[in-house]
Amino acid sequence: MSFTGDSGTLGALADVGEADALDAQGHVRRRPHFSRRRLREVGLAYLMLSPSMIIFSIFVFYPFLRNFYLGFFRTPPFPGLPKRYVGLEQYREVLTSSAFFNSVKVTVQFALMTVPVGIALGLALAVLAHQQLRGMAVYRTIFSSTVATSVAVASVIFGTLFNPVVGLLPWLGVNPRPPILGNPDWALPAVALITVWQTLGLTFILMSSGLQAIPDELHEAARVDGAGAWARFWKVTLPMLSPTIFFAVVIGGIFAFQTFGQIDLLTQGGPLEKTNVLTYFVYDTLHSKNDDGKAAVLSVALFAITLTLTLVQMRVLERRVHYAR
Amino acid sequence: MRASGPAPPKAGKSKARRVIGKVVRYGLLTLLAAVVLFPLYITVVNSLLRPDQIAARPPKFFPFDPQWDAYSRAWDGGHMSRYLVNSVIVTVAITAGQVVTAILAAYAFAFLEFPLKRTLFAVFLATLMVPFEVTIITNLTTARNLGLLNSYAGLAVPFLATGFGAFLLRQAFLQVPSDLQDAAALDGYGHWRFLARVAVPLARPTVAALSVFAFLGAWNQYLWPLLITEDDEYRTVQIGLEQLSRTSIDQLNVTFAGVVIAALPLVILLLVFQKQLVRGLTAGAVKG
Repeated sequence: MSFTGDSGTLGALADVGEADALDAQGHVRRRPHFSRRRLREVGLAYLMLSPSMIIFSIFVFYPFLRNFYLGFFRTPPFPGLPKRYVGLEQYREVLTSSAFFNSVKVTVQFALMTVPVGIALGLALAVLAHQQLRGMAVYRTIFSSTVATSVAVASVIFGTLFNPVVGLLPWLGVNPRPPILGNPDWALPAVALITVWQTLGLTFILMSSGLQAIPDELHEAARVDGAGAWARFWKVTLPMLSPTIFFAVVIGGIFAFQTFGQIDLLTQGGPLEKTNVLTYFVYDTLHSKNDDGKAAVLSVALFAITLTLTLVQMRVLERRVHYAR
Repeated sequence: MRASGPAPPKAGKSKARRVIGKVVRYGLLTLLAAVVLFPLYITVVNSLLRPDQIAARPPKFFPFDPQWDAYSRAWDGGHMSRYLVNSVIVTVAITAGQVVTAILAAYAFAFLEFPLKRTLFAVFLATLMVPFEVTIITNLTTARNLGLLNSYAGLAVPFLATGFGAFLLRQAFLQVPSDLQDAAALDGYGHWRFLARVAVPLARPTVAALSVFAFLGAWNQYLWPLLITEDDEYRTVQIGLEQLSRTSIDQLNVTFAGVVIAALPLVILLLVFQKQLVRGLTAGAVKG
């Protein structure tokens, strides 16, 4: 970044003409600490920030903070009855419940199934597509193509491919009983597979950009030193790509903890809660059970986990700066 | 595009080995491309088959006698036209809104001096730490109280500001050379004119990247539209697709046609704006 401290230049320049104006007696008036110009600049700044701040206040900070408060109240079994203040009791109860442990476990399993596999596949495609071959642009477009699919599109496509009656997977002989998406052993891996495919385009794009940022001289030097393609991949490409990979790991982890559409469309948290990821758990508690006290506690937990992941990301990015330069 | 892959052919290497190497590489690439593309391909094929052909064993992998009526049935009877219009309206509103609010906020952070600047910037960044899923409980109540359930406003308003976009654009604005600021000041440019004539045009790549990023995010939204829409009139494509697949279980071709209709706008976007898309998606990941 070349310019960081020049933000006030325009304002300062403009001040010269007006603030040091002559007063009625012809003496140069001392420039006040806050000139009219300065005040106008401050006003303009707040005006420019206000649309964002209003939206953030109403739809981000207020609902976020209110979660902590809502968690203190037990939702009555019948609507219309008053809420009961229970202090931290509900937090303790929900956060030590086996349903919560199961949900965290399922979410972690889901992240472990999607993130490493997705990144490995995206990286493999990116390395393959990072060659000088005629027609490579076509392959690149195909490898990025799943960016154009949404979670809903991917879920409906694969839901039908997995269908025990008309699906192609059963025709290929993969036909467990009960059917894949209703099978406690298969449902989560199946949803993970769909997610890996749907995010593959994004991962490919990320990894390709990372590869392109690696200076060719490094490969050249390694080649001169007699390193083969395999050695160059492990000794040059992978270390140089590690910042991108770390970024993808953390972002992928955060995405995994926000997984919702696939679950809602394909399994609704079942079978036997084996796909009840945290976000779906919150939604189900809120929407089907109308228990916003419990949903609030779960939201606080979801936030805490995401925050931890984000902090990890910051540490990683910080470290990256040290070894990249 | 420079290659980092295979070494240039060494003098001793025979021509035959080079040809074989090339064939292997193309073969591998084509195989992987086929695997990645297959789910999309079979979707298009199935949308052109009759329902009984879709269920046929062995399955058909090419529509020799394409039936196009599934598209008109998904479009009209399946309400895909309505869902598509809704998605376009909401997505364009969110994208435009995010770009405008982000430009304004970024300008203030990059070019203006005001009290609490650092604190407010931290507040903007803090919004990145709060996933939307965590806010739905109260946002639903708020939307209900404001009469926003089942409305375009309800779908769009919570997303009209972006901490990420403001951050991205501030970084771009900080690159504007100070000479230009001085020159503009000498020419008597006020802040609004400087914003419109100098800052935004210079940051155009970032604005484009942010637009694509916002568009993609808004188009793919699922949870909030599911919570806030109750009928077909305001349902977006993603939610409508679920509705369509549920109501046309015995007409899978219609469901597949709906999938194609839902995916097509983004496919076009990807093909036309590939560069901006790549930049938007990798912003912050590769460059520091």
